[in-house]
Amino acid sequence: MIFRRIAVDKTNNVWMVASLATILALPLIIGIGLYIKSIPLLEYQSAGSLVTSSEWLPSQGKFGFWPFIYGSLYVTMISFLLSAPVCVFAAIYLTQYASKRIVNIFMPIVDILAGLPSVIYGVFGILVVVPFISKYLAPIFDVSTSGYCILAGGIVLSIMSIPYMLNIMIEVFNTVPIGIKEASLSLGATSWESIKHVVVKRSIPGVISAFGLGIAKAFGETIAVMMVVGNVLKISHNPFKGGYPLPALIANNYGEMLSIPKYDSALMFAALLLLVVILLINIVFRYLIYKTQIK
Amino acid sequence: MEIQNIVDSAENNFLNLNSGIESFPILRIQNLNVYAEKNHILKDINLEIPRNKITVLLGPSGCGKTTLLKCMNKLTDLYKELKVSGNIFIEQDDILNTKKDIPSIRQKMGLLSQRPYLLPMSIYKNVAYGVKLKGIRDKKLLHYSVEKNLKEVGLWEEVKDRLHSPATKLSIGQQQRLCLARGLAVKPRIILADEPTSALDPISSKIIENLFVELKKHYTIILVTHILRQAVRLADHVVFMYYGDIIEQGPPDELFNNPKTETLKKYLVEGN
Ligand SMILES: Nc1ncnc2c1ncn2[C@@H]1O[C@H](COP(=O)(O)OP(=O)(O)OP(=O)(O)O)[C@@H](O)[C@H]1O
Ligand SMILES: [Mg+2]
Repeated sequence: MIFRRIAVDKTNNVWMVASLATILALPLIIGIGLYIKSIPLLEYQSAGSLVTSSEWLPSQGKFGFWPFIYGSLYVTMISFLLSAPVCVFAAIYLTQYASKRIVNIFMPIVDILAGLPSVIYGVFGILVVVPFISKYLAPIFDVSTSGYCILAGGIVLSIMSIPYMLNIMIEVFNTVPIGIKEASLSLGATSWESIKHVVVKRSIPGVISAFGLGIAKAFGETIAVMMVVGNVLKISHNPFKGGYPLPALIANNYGEMLSIPKYDSALMFAALLLLVVILLINIVFRYLIYKTQIK
Repeated sequence: MEIQNIVDSAENNFLNLNSGIESFPILRIQNLNVYAEKNHILKDINLEIPRNKITVLLGPSGCGKTTLLKCMNKLTDLYKELKVSGNIFIEQDDILNTKKDIPSIRQKMGLLSQRPYLLPMSIYKNVAYGVKLKGIRDKKLLHYSVEKNLKEVGLWEEVKDRLHSPATKLSIGQQQRLCLARGLAVKPRIILADEPTSALDPISSKIIENLFVELKKHYTIILVTHILRQAVRLADHVVFMYYGDIIEQGPPDELFNNPKTETLKKYLVEGN
């Protein structure tokens, strides 16, 4: 009897270790696979010059990835700037001020929004965001645009990120024990002072982690951005101009034009870049979380 | 030393002021009712809390002791589902119906809860927090207050070399004393202690108990406890609650030796 239990215990351990190892190995395997596929391109040009060069003329053998990286960074930044403050304040409101009824109405909506397929956000972008930019927003700044632009990509991305980050942040703020807030109030702080000095302060690592996850998700998001961003291969600082983010490059071209030498390899390298950037974002945010937790 | 004089003379004034009206209760509760959505948590409570004494609230779990304490410093505001009515007078102010600003009312009460709820900051800032909220910004004054109050709870020697390290690194017993110190730093009149030793080891509990005996010279203490022996050791006045009612109250000898009601008799027997 006891041997059986020990045996079951042991096998369970093996299973757990095996599944854990698979999860750990997955990014590594994907990374190695992509790297092997990019070797033909990397043999021909160094990774550094690929990343910094801006010339993208595959038929002439010129593969510069900078415009795509730039496009991705730009839409991600706009998305973050628009969504982060909204999320922080909405999460504070929902966890600290709102009545149970409002929370009960709001939370299912957030969950539904977080679960919508991204193509729906893309359609929404085309139907609402793009015309809004070209008809109303651009004239204010005295520019003319089709509306398919970096800004449209950023706005659509921010709308997508909000429910996702909001969900995490609500969890984070809810883990602050009410006793801490009571302590702050009993010492004579106002409600807002307590939230600012105590609730938010204690939640900083969690909020940063929500930011990190949101940014990583925005950077990798493909369909919705691709549908509104214009997919124009030109570096412009003007957000009313089109751009071409990295994921869109892969999604738009994979399976086509593969007759061009090294094109296939270049798209694999783009995927590898995406993976590396997302890993980097994760590392940076882990570090920030670690830094803020210590204090 | 000048700073010290300012602070101490202010304190003395306050103490002198108190001595004249010693016989008046510091806190009077009249017709206090608290309703939640479905139940009547506190039922028409009338209670007077004597000044510079330790009043112990006794009663079985769920009878409303914590809720009663939370009414006294208006923390019930945090729970929108609770409906509070009646009067609670602290020094002529009816805090339930006053227009005065609530933070300054709350500063008249120091709160010590079941577990030490530290603010997410250093030891020093935990104590200075309430003092700063009073508008005191002067570094010397702040430091004086931090040192004085940490000494008051016997924590100064233990932490004086690491005032700026996170408060969470302290032991639970030290944390609870830190919570007491930060409460004292805002110079409350009353200390509300809700089972303050229930998370502590016997030695730390003893320290807190001894502090209470010291502190009642200058403060009024309202203590909720489930430990009957602690009640016997500390109480000057005992209030026994049962399902939202005050069933019996009086001096400890009377209540513990000759309980009038069957409920209290049963409670005392089970508690021993
Ligand atoms: N916010 C609330 N909403 C609804 N009911 C509540 C709320 N707060 C307290 N109650 C109820 O009020 C009653 C009294 O609770 P309270 O916490 O005051 O009891 P207590 O005497 O402190 O108990 P314990 O000794 O276990 O701490 C309980 O029945 C509790 O369920
Ligand atoms: Mg309680």
